[in-house]
Amino acid sequence: MSSDYFHHSIKLAAVLAAFALVGTSLLALTFDATKDNIAASEKKAKLALIAQILPLELYDNDIISDAASLPPQVELGTAEATVTYRALKEGKPSAVVLEAIAPDGYAGKIKLLIAIKANGDVSGVRVVSHKETPGLGDYIEIAKSQWIKGFDGTSLEKYPSKDWKVKKDGGQFDSVAGATITPRAVVKAVHKALGYFSVNREKIFSLPALEQAK
Amino acid sequence: MSDANYKEIIWNGLWKNNAGIVALLGLCPLLAVSTTVVNGVGLGIATVLVMAFSNAIVSMVRQWVPGEIRIPVYILIIAVLVTIIDLAMNAYMQALYLVLGIFVPLIVVNCNVLGRAEAFASKNPVFPSMVDGFMVGLGLTLTLAVLGGMREILGKGTLLSGIDLAFGESAKAWVITVIPDYHGFLLAVLPPGAFIGLGLLIAGKNWLDQRKAASTDALKAPESVVAAA
Repeated sequence: MSSDYFHHSIKLAAVLAAFALVGTSLLALTFDATKDNIAASEKKAKLALIAQILPLELYDNDIISDAASLPPQVELGTAEATVTYRALKEGKPSAVVLEAIAPDGYAGKIKLLIAIKANGDVSGVRVVSHKETPGLGDYIEIAKSQWIKGFDGTSLEKYPSKDWKVKKDGGQFDSVAGATITPRAVVKAVHKALGYFSVNREKIFSLPALEQAK
Repeated sequence: MSDANYKEIIWNGLWKNNAGIVALLGLCPLLAVSTTVVNGVGLGIATVLVMAFSNAIVSMVRQWVPGEIRIPVYILIIAVLVTIIDLAMNAYMQALYLVLGIFVPLIVVNCNVLGRAEAFASKNPVFPSMVDGFMVGLGLTLTLAVLGGMREILGKGTLLSGIDLAFGESAKAWVITVIPDYHGFLLAVLPPGAFIGLGLLIAGKNWLDQRKAASTDALKAPESVVAAA
């Protein structure tokens, strides 16, 4: 009797395993077929974002070929190497574009692109990707609201550390009532990125450039 | 399957057993996303796609799935399907993905999808199952559109805000300002507003149904109406 149950269970498990196998193969295939396209469209979107946060008059170098690979940094919240873009004006460093991750959004990580001028001023910030609540926490996107422009022109010198918070926590930055976790995470990430830049300025500009082919 | 049955499928999906206001399934995305018409319809369209395909696939494989393990198999099918749609949209329809992308993963946890797989697709042929999934999804879309409209007018004083995300910058002109110079009513935008709005919609549907039932009764027994008058 018990061996009947056993055989039956084995059979069911085999059916389930077969479905799982087909399902995961389909997923692996789709992932493989789409990953180049997805990476390409993400890169295109990133370049369009850079143009928004870094005014053209700030640089005269080919910013794409002067990109460098930055190893993971605790201060930037990055877990793998990211691409950083260096802007030069007449051969002198004028700004950098850093990728940073705010790990403590309401629904996971918020990927940011932060442009910082050589003097430490924020040139602009944009959200690359996030999973915040649609209609509530998504006002960090430039398409939904101007909120993210509130970082323009700020710096560590302009605001002391205690001001790098949302107004609800006694800081300088606005937030929408009912959705403060999202801006809190973004403000914290930008603050940390500025701190990282002020310490590592020289190091970032001396990183070897990636080849253009990449 | 006869035409009458399709009529019933359509009537059930859109009105009689509407996922949002009668079956009350899948409330988590419904309440989270119905802040504006555009958001609501966005989630609705994504749900229609997933439900039509998941019902079709479940119906196709139904004779190979033993009853004991049907639920895990359906969940697997739905999760695989949603992930594939998510990846494919991201790779080939970037513009659409930017608008709908955020809603697609929400559909995995929408119990309407599993509910229709279990209640309908596991017992019916492929085409009717597809129609059923499509219609239930469409019913949900209508609820989302109405609820989104109510919350948007009350919360922001506009209609169709965010439509430019779907149709480009020129569509900004389509945004209707219902109440000019409105300062917003936060409750409508927050989750409690969704619950209150949904409650009103359910009450409204019940009122319509009861009124209709009452008038049918009156037709059946005209004497009693005369007597009452």
